[in-house]
Amino acid sequence: MANTSTSPLGTYLEHLEKGELAYQFSPEANTAVFYPRVICPITGSDNLQWRVSKGIGTVHATTVVFPQQGEPYNVALIDIDEGFRMMSRVEDIAPLDVKIGMRVRFRVHKAEGDDPPYPVFTPAEDAP
Amino acid sequence: MNGLTRGSAAIVGAAESDIGAVAANMSPLDLMAQGVHRALADCGLKLKDVDGLFCATTQARTSAMSLCEYLRLPAAYTDSTIVGGSSFEVHVAHAQAALAAGLCSVAVVTYGSTQRTVGRRQASAREYNPYETPFRPFLPSTAYALAASRHMHEFGTTREQLAEVAVAAREWALLNPVAWEKKPLTIADVLSARPVSYPLTVRDCCLITDGGGAIVMMSADRARGLAKPPIYVLGCGQAMTHASISSMPDLTVTGARQSGADAYRMARMRETDIDVLELYDAFTINTILFLEDLGFCPKGEGGRFVSGGRIGPKGSLPVNTNGGGLSYCHPGMYGLFLLIEAVRQLRGECGARQVAQAETALVHGNGGVLSAQATVILGTQAAL
Repeated sequence: MANTSTSPLGTYLEHLEKGELAYQFSPEANTAVFYPRVICPITGSDNLQWRVSKGIGTVHATTVVFPQQGEPYNVALIDIDEGFRMMSRVEDIAPLDVKIGMRVRFRVHKAEGDDPPYPVFTPAEDAP
Repeated sequence: MNGLTRGSAAIVGAAESDIGAVAANMSPLDLMAQGVHRALADCGLKLKDVDGLFCATTQARTSAMSLCEYLRLPAAYTDSTIVGGSSFEVHVAHAQAALAAGLCSVAVVTYGSTQRTVGRRQASAREYNPYETPFRPFLPSTAYALAASRHMHEFGTTREQLAEVAVAAREWALLNPVAWEKKPLTIADVLSARPVSYPLTVRDCCLITDGGGAIVMMSADRARGLAKPPIYVLGCGQAMTHASISSMPDLTVTGARQSGADAYRMARMRETDIDVLELYDAFTINTILFLEDLGFCPKGEGGRFVSGGRIGPKGSLPVNTNGGGLSYCHPGMYGLFLLIEAVRQLRGECGARQVAQAETALVHGNGGVLSAQATVILGTQAAL
């Protein structure tokens, strides 16, 4: 069998480069899978479909890191509406003002130097 | 079902190595060897009696190999399973299985760390996780803070209640001559301490010390007649629910629920049968979560349960009687120290901090970020 030409992380990053938050969907388990994998952890099947999220979610848990040097910053777990959870941060708001239950919207933090792009979130009071 | 038999193995020797701040250039292997030497002296066995080595440290990639070389035990049965701080509770179950299978007859479980001396970054390099590292979580603290934030949101747990855990640990530590912390601590002190990852301050977080130690295990039928009374392994259980906090199935329910249920079933006991608890308190939220998940109070009630000094030396439930990872000693992986303290409590060796008539102890190890949960129930001859 020939080697696969793409990795789960590679595909995820390709979507981020295009401004998209991608995740996998397992049709047999009828559930979202995140982080991206080679096989579905529920069924063991390698039938995983890539989908693009609408990028709306809810803060599930939140903290503020106080580094010994530098400014405090937010770290949060976000429940995305399509049914998966990810670590990220909420920007455009004071880190201690990020609250559990807050609706948030995805945007891309662009690649810088050798660091790949990653998803961040901003408050989305308008989101349903 | 884990296939282990209640009481088939016993802990016959237990000792710390040097702890706190150890001599310059001491290595993790030096501390393991020192622990092994002292634990063997504790039970009257010799190094050449040892034919099973169970070990873990973050500072040696192949610690069993290094330990075989150091102790010159080339034929020893080895197991260097590493699942974070609870590795040693897992080793107890693995050693019990190996003893029952005849793979070894005298098993040593050992640990050493010079994390304070060499620095935390040097002692335990963080792996890059493309789904977490970009957000700069200050691990492990940030993961436990996220769990705490959720517990506060769902159940109304307060920072004062988290601080109660640190204050109780400190009160126990003041009764332990070898504990790192020597001064009293108040709830106000905890709340006003330097914030690390909200809602946790530095006083909600474990110490960063050096340390190590060892326990010696044998089959129950060979464990009698040694220097100290055997302490029997009555129950074991493990559960590994995730590795990264973003994959934890429920931030307010740990794998201790499963590992505890398995250990209780094997021991044919329940929480009301336990006399003393040693719970892995890397952070104040841990103790609250484990008291809930191990059945000592309903889910969500842990904060209220620990209030008013209930788990301190003057309280009704003795928890973390050596002062815990919060105030006694925490060299990166704390699990072995829980076992050593439980053995000493069950032998009645604990002086000012001794729990009266302690015949059973529940040890609960935690590894990673609430990830690897492992429970061990120990008991005296009377509990067998």
